Amino acid sequence: MNNRIEKRVELKAPVSRVWRALTDYREFGQWFRVKLDGPFMPGQLSRGHITYPGYEHVKWEAIVQKMEPERLFSFTWHPYSVDPKIDYSKETPTLVEFRLEKTASGTLLLLTESGFDKIPSDRRLEAFRMNDGGWTDQMKNIENHVAQTS
Amino acid sequence: MSHKRRSRMAARRQPRAPVFAALGDETRLALVAKLSRGHPYSISQLTVGFRLTRQAITKHLRVLESVGIVRSVRTGRESRFEFDPQPMEEIKKYLDLVSEQWDQVLSRLKSFVED
Repeated sequence: MNNRIEKRVELKAPVSRVWRALTDYREFGQWFRVKLDGPFMPGQLSRGHITYPGYEHVKWEAIVQKMEPERLFSFTWHPYSVDPKIDYSKETPTLVEFRLEKTASGTLLLLTESGFDKIPSDRRLEAFRMNDGGWTDQMKNIENHVAQTS
Repeated sequence: MSHKRRSRMAARRQPRAPVFAALGDETRLALVAKLSRGHPYSISQLTVGFRLTRQAITKHLRVLESVGIVRSVRTGRESRFEFDPQPMEEIKKYLDLVSEQWDQVLSRLKSFVED
């Protein structure tokens, strides 16, 4: 059973540019839609809050794992931790890795998120029920919003 | 009782059931594949095609049962096992949801660095 997410994206920008967008906390915040309190430091907790319209109450917390310049940026976090009443910190986090490779036209970005096998199934079910299937619509709203404001 | 209600109660009984871990085994995956054809099987029927004893197969079935993927139904003296797709569908939906979020995030990153 597949318990990881993998994405490959071709970016028409040099590796150095992508690295900055990933690891400069202000730049990261712009495309990730999160306001971070300070710079990323390996081994340290990064805090902030989501800036999505409607999700501003959601805290952003991740522990930076690796920062290998222009190659690998990784952090652990609790995906989908949107319910302020739940303490997610006791759960095993998932690992998010951004790997960069230079290509002829720019940069290949490989994203993986792994460790979903450790997430309690009741949390997965809850995450799903809480949205009652409406997440797709919510994402569409966000997409429209982004399209209008960018 | 509605299907949804029933699954909620099942989730409460098995509050931290590691469905993924239960499926992280080739024999159990093969059993699920066989059971997912849709009708209940006896242990003897399920043991066919495996180089394992009935006891070993039973043990695997109990693991699957403990996470709610498989149900046992008694017919007379015999236990039969059937597939319950709901936990797997829910996992798939959950992963689809997370995956969809990444698509959105990465497309914003793409516009951000390419502009």
